[in-house]
Amino acid sequence: MQEHESAILHCTGEAVFINDMPVSENLLIGHVIYSKHAHAKILEIDFSDAVKLKGVHSILSYKEIPGINQMGPIIHDELCMVENEVTSIGQAILLIAADSKEIAIEAEKLIEIKYEPLEAILSIESAIEKYNLLAPKRKIERGNLQKGFEDSAHIIEGTLKTGAQEHWYLETQICLCIPGEGNEIKAYSSTQHPSETQAIIAEVLGISSKDVEVEVKRIGGAFGGKETEANHIAAWCALLCNATKRPVKIHLFRDDDQIITGKRHRFLSKYKVGFNDEGIINAYSVELNSDAGSATDLSMAILERAMLHADNSYFIPNIKIIGRAYKTNMPSNVAMRGFGGPQAIAVIETAIDKIARYLKMDSAEIRYKNFYKIENNNISPYGQCIENNRLFILFDKLIKSSDYIKRREEINEFNKSNEFYKKGMAITPVKFGISFTTSFLNQAGALVNIYKDGTVLVNHGGTEMGQGLNTKILKITSKELGIKLVKIKVNATNTSKIPNTSATAASSGSDLNGMAVKNAIETIKSRLSEFVVDEFRKKYEGICSKKHNIKFENNFVYDIKIPERKISFNELISNAYLNQISLSSTGYYKTPNIGFDREKGQGKPFHYFAYGMAVSEVIVDTLTGYNKILRTDILHDAGDTLNKGIDKGQVIGGFIQGTGWVTTEDIKWDSDGHLLNHSPDTYKIPTIQDIPEDFRIELLEGYPNENTIRKSKAVGEPPLMLAFSVWLAIKDAISAVGNHEFEPDFSLPATNEVILLSIEKIRKLQKEPA
Amino acid sequence: MKLNINNKHYEIPDSYKEKRLVEYLRDDLDLTGAKNACDMAACGACAVLVNNEVIKICHAHLKDVEGKNITTIEGMANPDGTLHPLQQSFVDAGAIQCGFCTPGMVLTAHALLLKNSKPTRLEIRKALIGNLCRCTGYQQIIDAIEMASKYY
Ligand code: FES
Ligand code: FES
Repeated sequence: MQEHESAILHCTGEAVFINDMPVSENLLIGHVIYSKHAHAKILEIDFSDAVKLKGVHSILSYKEIPGINQMGPIIHDELCMVENEVTSIGQAILLIAADSKEIAIEAEKLIEIKYEPLEAILSIESAIEKYNLLAPKRKIERGNLQKGFEDSAHIIEGTLKTGAQEHWYLETQICLCIPGEGNEIKAYSSTQHPSETQAIIAEVLGISSKDVEVEVKRIGGAFGGKETEANHIAAWCALLCNATKRPVKIHLFRDDDQIITGKRHRFLSKYKVGFNDEGIINAYSVELNSDAGSATDLSMAILERAMLHADNSYFIPNIKIIGRAYKTNMPSNVAMRGFGGPQAIAVIETAIDKIARYLKMDSAEIRYKNFYKIENNNISPYGQCIENNRLFILFDKLIKSSDYIKRREEINEFNKSNEFYKKGMAITPVKFGISFTTSFLNQAGALVNIYKDGTVLVNHGGTEMGQGLNTKILKITSKELGIKLVKIKVNATNTSKIPNTSATAASSGSDLNGMAVKNAIETIKSRLSEFVVDEFRKKYEGICSKKHNIKFENNFVYDIKIPERKISFNELISNAYLNQISLSSTGYYKTPNIGFDREKGQGKPFHYFAYGMAVSEVIVDTLTGYNKILRTDILHDAGDTLNKGIDKGQVIGGFIQGTGWVTTEDIKWDSDGHLLNHSPDTYKIPTIQDIPEDFRIELLEGYPNENTIRKSKAVGEPPLMLAFSVWLAIKDAISAVGNHEFEPDFSLPATNEVILLSIEKIRKLQKEPA
Repeated sequence: MKLNINNKHYEIPDSYKEKRLVEYLRDDLDLTGAKNACDMAACGACAVLVNNEVIKICHAHLKDVEGKNITTIEGMANPDGTLHPLQQSFVDAGAIQCGFCTPGMVLTAHALLLKNSKPTRLEIRKALIGNLCRCTGYQQIIDAIEMASKYY
């Protein structure tokens, strides 16, 4: 197994994150004074005393912004700094640059801000009540819904609430800006989207992109939380740097980070499902309502991905999917791993779970019956054909390897003989569309340099945040050039090397950047092959070598038809240089044949689908709500994996992050919108104790993915949704309290409190006379 | 006051006593392996060993460790610069993603293995409860520690 490219540096402590960078003595520390009210008018700001404090170098308000006061990534509806009114907690009002954090905090104490609180919308329910839409509703539909329901023997309706989630990257948001000559500025930012960070810095400073350089070496975790949020920190940092003409660093405290930044969108969804006696779904309507927070950010794209995943893995002939994003006075919610997909999949999985209980069947059977089929019933509601369907193969293999049927019986036995402990189990699938649904974003660039000594430096537009992108890029380069990994280095991502990149997001980092790197290498290889054919012609008698027969392998370049004709890679490179052959090339890639018509809700938004499946078994203490995952089996489809260790790591990490969202990660706000749990003590991400005791992860082997980089598949986001197996296993255990005769009340996350309330309700129902 | 850090002796002026260890190591000595990720002794990213016990240095001051032996991640490798077997296991097991939690994880695992050279997986889980990792899902970290245990 090829290790993570920075693994050794990480475990010796040598790996440099932004906060570890040595900076000159005159570094200033930036500090953000942010809104403490969800919605208020600003009556007065007085920082006259603060600015006099020794060690304070600058205090800025929106008035000092030299460029445009905006940092909305797509729609310009998000101020960089508040003007007269705050519309959520966490919005920047003032920026301080001081000699130290301590001085900045002292200065903050001397600042007075007077607010006049205004009415605030703090929940999705009240936003719906006020119909405070962010943008017109969206719709995808197919078939005849009304007739679909009429033809259904049974109908179930319901509402599902899914909670927010804090990214909790270990490295909080950070940016370091260094002033250059004239207008120039260089930002080291923990951003997933360097090009956008560059553009926004340029806009707020009123300068052009050519004068702004953004560099990202590595990020200490991101998960979507640094796709747009990092721009904010960078813009604030750049303003202070520009005002003081000194290096400035902003590194958020953990609690400030949690308070200021947006979360995974909360959803309140309504659904209605019609099915027959067999459990086959004939009609499904779902309304997905999301809490966008105070600005648009990526909310519409997130809503769109939710809508495109309302079907998860199931063919539904008559279907209507409505999506509405609501504006509230919460910090603007942002991308998070899964990007809306999880919120919609939770709804259809709930519907299926209810169908099973209603028909007294195993939910695994209902799922299987409704899967997209191979030959027919394989068109999604938005018109894309579900190609290379792996659902059946995953299901068959996993049911066997997890011993599902036998364990189901054992669980039933256990539940019969235990009053206070109940076990539950569930198998859930995921089908996840790969590509940005905004089609033009599916492009990437690369720059490959080969030096005279035969070593190679690769630049690409993706960011390394732990997911192993650079390790995969190294492998791609090594395979394509036929040289050893030690001769290759991947450079820090830098906007001056690769312009106009898309965010490293949508699981597509390796797909897009890997292809761009490959294309750059192909250009150089084509030049070198031409040159080598010429060299061989001079050196060898007889028929000429053909360019397309030249192969790069094992540090040599040779003619596959006449293998004696060969030259070492190093020798070729130095000869090529002497013969004035360019050893550097850019590469570019765009995903072919995709497109989606938002108005019609039809098209082919995805290049392909990634699939996965999981079975989880849990035990629940029905007196406390305490629960534990006893065993999880995962089988995941990564195509021909680019790196088994890394892909397995993504599967495990994604699954556990999903498990946190569906169980313990309960974000609470008070009635004024203040975040109550802004520390790891109160906001519970999974610890090492929370992972399954018996945890078996396999990648599906022997199913290459055509038309992608080395036949691989994206793997960043899909496994997160496998955590529904845990969530529904908990529900199954709760349901066992009432012998599966009553439908448990359930929501997401299933905290101990939710579990206990649900059990209590079932116990009450049991006591009621039928 | 005296301090021993990674087998090197340091004489530190008494005026430093109130300084936080995290700042002293990171800013004064440029030992940036220990990370500050929560600043409230709750995540373990800043963990170092003091007389082979795990200490979260975001909540420790120099006076708390006077005269003691401190091991940071920079002091883990073998004297010849090769990786300590535990570090190598982290690399081999794929226990590292973004790497921000790694120094604290390695040192906490080291402290465990010094005390208990053949821990069960359950004992490993217990010992690392104070170290958060948002990337890996922990499984490969447990594998790494199990792998390394034969060298202790
Ligand atoms: S930074 Fe010290 S425990 Fe988190
Ligand atoms: S590897 Fe990223 S937090 Fe552990």
